[in-house]
Amino acid sequence: MSCTRRVFLGAAGLSALALAGKTALNGLARAAETPRPGTPGVRWGMVIDTAACLKDQGCTDCIAACHAVHNVPAFPDRAHEIKWIWKEPFDRAFPEQASPYMTRGMVERPVLVLCNHCDNPPCVRVCPTQATWKRADGIVMMDWHRCIGCRYCVAACPYGSRSFNWLDPRPRIAQIRPDFPTRSRGVVEKCTFCEERLSQGLLPACVEACREKALVFGNLNDPAAPVRELLRTRYTIRRKPELGTHPEVHYLV
Amino acid sequence: MFMFEKAVVGSRRYWIWLAALGAVILVGALSYLRQLEVGLGVTGLSRDVTWGLYIAQFTFLVGVAASAVMVVLPYYLHDYKAFGKITILGEFLAISAVIMCMLFIFVDMGQPMRVLNVLLYPTPNSMMFWDMVSLGGYLALNAAITLVTLSAERQGVAPPAWIRPVILLSIPWAISIHTVTAFLYNGLPGRPFWLTAILAPRFLASAFACGPALLILLTAAMRRLADYDPGTAAVQKLGLIVTYAMLVNVFFILLELFTVFYSQLPEHMAPFLFLFVGLDGHAPLVPWMWASVLLAAASLILLIPPRFRQDGRLLIVACVMVFLSLWIDKGLGLIVGGFVPSPLGAVTRYAPTLPEMAITLGIWAVGLLMVTVFYKIALSVQGDHEAAA
Repeated sequence: MSCTRRVFLGAAGLSALALAGKTALNGLARAAETPRPGTPGVRWGMVIDTAACLKDQGCTDCIAACHAVHNVPAFPDRAHEIKWIWKEPFDRAFPEQASPYMTRGMVERPVLVLCNHCDNPPCVRVCPTQATWKRADGIVMMDWHRCIGCRYCVAACPYGSRSFNWLDPRPRIAQIRPDFPTRSRGVVEKCTFCEERLSQGLLPACVEACREKALVFGNLNDPAAPVRELLRTRYTIRRKPELGTHPEVHYLV
Repeated sequence: MFMFEKAVVGSRRYWIWLAALGAVILVGALSYLRQLEVGLGVTGLSRDVTWGLYIAQFTFLVGVAASAVMVVLPYYLHDYKAFGKITILGEFLAISAVIMCMLFIFVDMGQPMRVLNVLLYPTPNSMMFWDMVSLGGYLALNAAITLVTLSAERQGVAPPAWIRPVILLSIPWAISIHTVTAFLYNGLPGRPFWLTAILAPRFLASAFACGPALLILLTAAMRRLADYDPGTAAVQKLGLIVTYAMLVNVFFILLELFTVFYSQLPEHMAPFLFLFVGLDGHAPLVPWMWASVLLAAASLILLIPPRFRQDGRLLIVACVMVFLSLWIDKGLGLIVGGFVPSPLGAVTRYAPTLPEMAITLGIWAVGLLMVTVFYKIALSVQGDHEAAA
């Protein structure tokens, strides 16, 4: 009967291996799935109405509001720039959408860009200290006290949304707001969807500052929210969706 | 303590060399203090090109460190006796290179005093965490191996049996350090230049060409300066390893070029165009990259025919070419190419600044100092041993 026992043990071992393999595969498959709207809880997201934003091409209200409340320094040289929200020409923000038959004006139309608060953020994946992480409500956050300044997240972000403090930012802040932290040199920073305002029941500063109501912010998990209404009824695009990052800033074009 | 008494006796020339290295290290250290004070803004790095000379040197030197396996494997696994004298030199080179890697990572950090956060908050999904683990482990393995084998040699006894599994473990570990270093780059969705599975094999092939080439150059220098003879068979075998590895490396690069340029994917072509012909009127690295190509081609002309390779002088010339070609490829082009154009299509110039170059040279001087002291110890022990025999 010892042979039978060996066969049994062998079969048991193989089954255990197969089971472990299946669990690992399931895990991988789950990682590749995207959390979709419709699940309970809050998932913050934004829709940018590019046509409304274009009504006044010189307007920088949202940028000014954001950079003022967040103590974002103003460095004159491009190399050391810090920016949380800014304008890029259309063909830079959406390189795959531009065509040679578009007018120059269309190709160069300024488009607002900011952190996309991706559902599958590569910056979070690469950070060696969890100084950047994704919250349950979808906001990709930064801990400026834990960041070691390796800039791996800057290399990983496919949208150029992250800024590094190459120099001491404090002398470059026009007026320091005491209710928001300033950063030290040597750390990375970016848009946080104004989580400090959301926790007080306020809208993000850029959304509030926009006179044209071109920025619509809300809970993507709430089917009745205006963001969901826009995404349901209008044609929207996202930046580089082919990379699988699942950006949650959507653009009406 | 680790036979350091051997390192504090030496000729006048030895001390002048150490003093010169010390001076370069001092300039580097002072420049680093300035960088610490002002921030990484003293470098030529920018919003678009966020990694540069430091990280490129790190990548290049991980290869030098990993290449020790090219002497360790034949000697310990295949009992290839001709590598008896140089194996310890390969291991000491690996130790020096790993320490240089760690220094380059350290000087690249915006908040270096927080470096231990990587261990305080271990993050298995970050390749940087694994790089720290694999480099630290490789340093520990090689430190243990050199200490134990050299002590045994000094006492004229065989090394203890327990060190053999440690040595065997160091072989796959060497492969792992350069594989994980490639994974740092080739898992990023927004960096098409690095997004290629050939990156790790390419890293290993170029490492196994340039590490042994450096070892040949170091032994040639020691033959002249310290009357040291590693043995012609050992040098010739190293030359053969350099030849094969360089050929494989060139082959891998050609595979990459075919995929990129036959597919015509714009995002994959752009960095190569920037490096080799220039993009949007910016062509800062074009002369460097073509120099790398020409040096690689010339080195192969000298390496492939046995007649040339077996000529000691031509072999040295070929090794200088291999080293320079691969340093340009990995120590300049590989990192900068990944950042140009930026994800938003910007073509940004990057040129290292004087402080940045001084810090880089300072770390290279630290490496040369370590190699000098370690090799002095190894040669003294081997010399005593031969004299006693």
